Parts: sequence; structure tokens; C-alpha cells
Amino acid sequence: MENYNIDQIPAEKFRFAQKSDLLHDSKFETKPVTYFQGAFRRFSKNKGAVVGGIVISILILFAIIAPFFTPFKPAYYDMVYAYVTPKNNLFVNAGIDFWDGCRVKDTNRIGYLKDMALAAETGREIIKDGEYTVSPDGSNYTYRYDTYYGVGFGKYKIISPAEFEAIQEYQNRTGKQVLYPVVKFADRPTLEKNKYDANIYYKVENPNVSTLRPQLDADGNIIPNYWKYDVTEENNLIPEYNSLRIEGEDGIREDGKQYYYAYGRKVDGGIEVRAEYYEYYIYQHTEVKKDGIDEPLFLFGTTQTGKDIFACLAYGARFSFIFATVVAAVNFIVGVIWGSISGYFGGKVDLFMERFSEILGSVPTIIVITLLKYHMGSTSQVIVLFIAFFATGWIGMAGRTRMQFYRFKNQEYVLAARTLGASDARIMFKHIFPNGLGTIVTSVALVIPSMIYSETSFTYLGIINLEAGNTTSVGTLIAAGQQSIMANAGYVALFPCAFLVLLMLSFNLFGNGLRDAFNPSLRGSED
Amino acid sequence: MYMFKYVTKRLGLMLFTFLIIFTMCFVLIKLLPIPTNVLPGQDPEIVMKTLEGRGWITNIREGENGVWEYDRVPILIQYGTYLKRIVTQGDFGIVTTYGEYLNMNIWQVFVDHLPPTILINIYSTLIGVPIGLGLGILAALKKNKWQDQVINIFIILLISVPSIVLALMLQYVFCFKLGWFPLMMSTSDDYFTWEVFHSMLPAVFALCLGSIAGYARYTRAELSEVLTGEFMLLARTKGLTKRQAIYRHAMRNSMVVIFPSILSEFVSVLSGSLIIEKMFGVNGVGGLYLNSITFQDYDFFMLLSGFYTLVSLTAGIVIDISYGFIDPRIRMGAK
Repeated sequence: MENYNIDQIPAEKFRFAQKSDLLHDSKFETKPVTYFQGAFRRFSKNKGAVVGGIVISILILFAIIAPFFTPFKPAYYDMVYAYVTPKNNLFVNAGIDFWDGCRVKDTNRIGYLKDMALAAETGREIIKDGEYTVSPDGSNYTYRYDTYYGVGFGKYKIISPAEFEAIQEYQNRTGKQVLYPVVKFADRPTLEKNKYDANIYYKVENPNVSTLRPQLDADGNIIPNYWKYDVTEENNLIPEYNSLRIEGEDGIREDGKQYYYAYGRKVDGGIEVRAEYYEYYIYQHTEVKKDGIDEPLFLFGTTQTGKDIFACLAYGARFSFIFATVVAAVNFIVGVIWGSISGYFGGKVDLFMERFSEILGSVPTIIVITLLKYHMGSTSQVIVLFIAFFATGWIGMAGRTRMQFYRFKNQEYVLAARTLGASDARIMFKHIFPNGLGTIVTSVALVIPSMIYSETSFTYLGIINLEAGNTTSVGTLIAAGQQSIMANAGYVALFPCAFLVLLMLSFNLFGNGLRDAFNPSLRGSED
Repeated sequence: MYMFKYVTKRLGLMLFTFLIIFTMCFVLIKLLPIPTNVLPGQDPEIVMKTLEGRGWITNIREGENGVWEYDRVPILIQYGTYLKRIVTQGDFGIVTTYGEYLNMNIWQVFVDHLPPTILINIYSTLIGVPIGLGLGILAALKKNKWQDQVINIFIILLISVPSIVLALMLQYVFCFKLGWFPLMMSTSDDYFTWEVFHSMLPAVFALCLGSIAGYARYTRAELSEVLTGEFMLLARTKGLTKRQAIYRHAMRNSMVVIFPSILSEFVSVLSGSLIIEKMFGVNGVGGLYLNSITFQDYDFFMLLSGFYTLVSLTAGIVIDISYGFIDPRIRMGAK
């Protein structure tokens, strides 16, 4: 072991640690971290909050962009295409059944025959892939039924002679068959509801009953019941037609005579035709209305009134976001001003302002909305909603700001600022407010989803109806979805609900992350 | 004595707030045109006379073309008459435009519709409180173990998924797909038969899911904080088993905070959930309120608004007051 006990150390062995006589703090090697940078770093570490933020951005992007990608509007509706299921050609090709525009249909033999008859006439795949299963006793048929083509012809349609000409011109130009041969009035089933049903083009076993059973030939095929006329004879009930014919250019030959099918029937006020709705819809929208819709194709399906859910959801989401942001911003401004005055000055001012906001805050929002609605019945409901949310919404913000002001107003740095002669306004907005900003901003982030949710609730309850204002709301869609449950159309509620759940979930995660990031001391206090 | 003073003060303030809101509502309603629409089968003169009898209008006379003219009574006088009737006779008016209950006593109709609303909420509290507390206690005792994680995910999901969607999902799955329950609640007024009870179950579940999550979250937070307290260490040091320490010390202390919230929740659910009532067709106060809004039956609207305001105000002060009663350490209003 060495001996470290040196008795005498020579003086020249000593050196000054610092040569200069002034000592300075050395500069930090690292960069200074500001409050917001620290908050951002803490936020980024919280995986849930980041995911929440990403989902929110996706939803916001959807709300901004989606309306540009769909030709449909919230005001659009088409009763014929009510309850058609979601369809997207991309997904169908990928083999996803959900988006094939079909639904499972359970029916008896008559229903099956009717669908088959339609499919045979139009060449559409009404029964998907022609696959069906029959129950052992042969009474029940189950297959995927195409809701788009299954509509068939709907009712006989009466159109003007000009439109009749225009459709023929369209048919000749595009080669698409819109009009199909009609059935002679006398040959149709007798009951009123069946007489104008354009889907029945075939012979039936008993034309006098309510549920018609198609008549089959020896091979089990449908027998068409078209109205045919001799080419050489004039018939003043049949309008002139020279376009696509399903019987071929020179008609059909029977007993050495040439016959044509009749593609219309002259009635009072126009021509009665059988127009296949799918093609007629395309014709209507591309040739007549020219509204950018070129095919009936509803990504999320339609509601019971034939509204496009995708468009409604996109516009509704856009409205919700814009509305919530605007209200939150207004509430933020008013609440901050009110809360800072109340919190900074304290005393009688505070007492008075507190009582005022307390009373206003205890009025249930629904009462405010109703009273406003009564008084402003003729103005837009959006404004009613806005005022009501503003009237009750800013109070929470004011309370939070007031608390922050109470927390900081007696701290030394504020006293120092006051001693140096800073004005009240300067102390309030330069010294106190920035310190409380984190908490206040977090509460704005938490207020937005609750605002969207209460807007959804009020539209769901039907107290507020935005449809008149040419927009719609997720709540209205959910209400429609609930009514559709009975019609076994669960998909109507699916997308609006999914939107709402995603929004709430991600906003909750995001807001909690923000709160933890800005107030590390409060971490987990509400868990 | 402190307590008495405090409670009186809070009650007084609450009553004051309530009166201001009620008066504001009344004035705002009375500023609107009087609904004098005559329904088919009604005699216009009777309608007018009724309104006059209520004290809303005066000096009615039949003008030309059978149009009735009248003068409006000043709003303050109307308010006086209105309050006097309520206080002396308990008379809130009669239904004027709400077709289904035309000419019936508003108070009577209201009372008739209270039971479904209240029953649903009582059932949901009865189911929700034990489950919620149980989950919360389990999560707090097993903090950061897998049980806690599972319960936490469950809580976050239940709190984040809006009750509209939850209720809709319940209705779709249990009432429509599985067919275990009817889609809508039975409108029969034998509330204590199995059939009615069975039909109100989906609404009860929909209501209690949200409160289960709330109770569980609250209990977990409170209990886990109490468990880290120093008196718990003392309890263990003096020889209590873990179970004894938790039951006798931790639970009782955490209940100080949890119990008032249960009480307040119970009061506030008296007003029911408009959404749940609408979705499950509950024949309760919520539907009445929504319809009175649509039909613009103003007297009805006044009564129900007063009811909703009162319930929400009461729920607010119940928390504060019950703190003082439950926890002797808290002296409310003491200087």
C-alpha cells in the first residue's frame, strides 16, 4: 500500500485552477428549452395523444376535401334510390362484399322469379353472380340482391313527347337502352297497384290477384307480354319510335308478318313509357340536369329518403368543425376577457361578474335554444345554434381564465412588474395571461368535441334542423339511421356513428395529452 | 350551526337563481305572439275565453269576418296571476296546443309522465353504482396490473363513445338483431309488471353504461390517492391486515368524495336523458318536453323548463352540501 500522507507539499506543485481573476458562468452547451418546446416534447412522447392528433387531422381533412369529391349535395335526394347499400367499384373488384351495392334478400319463389325476370330483360346482375340458395322445402330463396339494379323500372313513367324524342336521340348516340317495350293497357294486371308497375312485363297466371305469379313456359322461362303491332298498320296510340329495339332492327316475324314492339303509349299529357331507372337516372343527370352526377353510385349508401350518406356526412362534418371552431374562438375571446377582468380585479367586481355568469350558466342550454328558436323562428337555425352555444359556452372559459389569474396575480414577478409601474392591462396580458395560456388552450381543445357532441344531440333530437339551411348534421344522420334499423338497413347509422366515435375518442386522447404536456404537474389527475 | 347557516345560504341563493331564470323564461315566452290557433272541432270563442280566463288577454271582441280581437295584459300582471295560481292552487295551466292532451291539466299530465323517467333512472343507478364502484375499487387495488389496464381501456371507451352511439348500438344488437328486447318501451302504465320492466331494460342499460364509466374512473382516482396516504401506512404499521386497512380506512375516506357525486348524479338523472328517452320511445318527461317545444305549448314549456332548471340547480348544490354532512373535517362556510 502506498503512503499518501505527504507531510510537506512543495509550493511549486500548486497551480491556480483559474488563471483570470474574474469568474464567469460558462455558457450552456445545450439549447434553452422554452415552455412550448417542452410541452411539445412531452406531447410527442404520449403515443395515444399523437395517434389522436393524427386521427383528428384525417377527419378534418375528410371534412375539407370530401365535399369536393362528391357530386352529391346534402339537399339531393332520390326516393327511388332509397336504402340502396354502399357501393364502390374499386372495392367490388377487390372482392369486398360490403361495397357491392347488394343486400341479402330472403324471399319466396315468386320474389325470386320476379327478380330473375327483371334480370333476364335488362341483362343486369340483379342476383349477384346468379348464386342463390334454396331452403330444403323450396319455399325460401336467399341471395345477394343488387339494390341499384333491383329497382328495375319502378312505375310507368309519363314523359313529354319532347323528352321521348330526346331519350331516343340519347339512345342512338350512346347505344344505351333506356326505354323498353310497354305492355298493352288491356293486357296488364287488373289491380291498380299492379297496373302501373312497370316491372311486370311478363304474362302472369292470374292477373286479378294482389301477388302476381309469373307464368312460365315449358322450359321454365318467363313469357314476355309486350305490346306488338304490325309494321304496316298505323296505330294512333303508339308514338313513333326509331331507336334501339330489343327485338332487333326488323322486328319479329310471326305468321309471315312483321311486328314491332311498342315503346310507348300515348296518354293525356304525354307518353307513357317503361324506362329502366338505372339508365334513366344516368340520362337525367348527364343530359338534363348536368349536375356532375354521372352514375348512381353511393359510397356509403342512401337513407330512407334517398339522400347520399357520404355527401351528408362530409358536409355535416365540415359544418361541425367550422361551427365548433368559430364558437370556440368566440367563447375563448369573450371568456378570456371576462375571466381576466373578474380574476384580476377581484373584490366586488369579481363577485358581481361571478354571480352574473353563475346565473347565466345555470340555464340549461336546451331552454336557451328553444327560446331563441321561438323568437328567431324565421332566421337560420345555424345562427340560433351559434347564439345558444355562445350564451352558455363562454362561462366555462371565463371560469378557467379567472382561476389562472387568481393563481398568478400575487406572485412576486407580478408584484415586481407593478412596482416598476406597469399598467393593469400590461400586467394582465403581458405577464399573467401568457402563463395561464397553456391551461386555457387545452380547455379549448377539450371544448371542441363536447360542442360537436351537443350539436349532434340537438340535431338528433330534432330541436335544431339544419337541412333547411342546405347543410346537414351528423345528428340528423344518426336519427335517420335509427329509423332505418327497422328496415334492416344498419349501414345508414354505421358511418355517422363511426365518425362520431372516432372524433370523440381521438379528441379525448388528444386533449388529455395536451393537458399533460402543458401541465406536467396535473398528469393523470383525472384518470 | 355553521352548517345550518351554510345550507340556508346555498338554498336561498339557489332559489334566487331559479326565480331569475324562471322569470326570464316567462317574460321571453310572453313576448311571443299568443298562440290563438283554433284546432278543428274547437269553438274559437271558447279558445278566446279560455285565454282570457287564464289572464293572458283581456277585452275580447269579435271583429269583422269572424276575426277575434283582443288586448294583451301587461306581462308583469300576467306573471302575478301565473305565480298566484301556482302558489295558491298548484295550477300550472291547461294544455292549449299539444293535441294529444288538449284541455288537460298540465300538472296532471306532467305527473303522469314522471314514473317512467324516474324508474328508468332509479334502475340505472341501482345497476350502475355497484358495478361502477366495484370496477373502480378493483382497478385501484390492482393499479398498473393487467386488471387495471383492462378496466382503464373499458372506461376510456365508455366515456369517449357518445351515448347516442352506445344506445343505438345496444338497440341494434339486442333489440333488433338478437331480439331479446322490444325496440321501443311499452307504453302501458303498469310500471311494475315484468313486461314493462323487460321493455325498459335496454334504456336502463344505455343510461347506466355512461355512469358506470364515470363512477369507476372517479373511484379509481380517489381510492388510489387515498391508498398512498400516510395514515394507510400507519394502519398497516399498527398491525391491521391489508384487507382491514382498505375496508376501514381507505374506502371510508374515499367515499367522502365519491358519495356526493353519486347523490348529485342521482338528482340530475331525475330529469332523464332526452336522447335515451327519444331513442327507446320512453313515455316520459323528455318526450313531453320535446313535443311541447314542437307544439309551442308555452305553459307546458314553462313548467318543464322550470323542472329541468330546478333539477340541474339542485344537483349542483347537493354535492357541496353533502360534503359537509359526510366529512366532519369540512366546516362549510366557516371562516
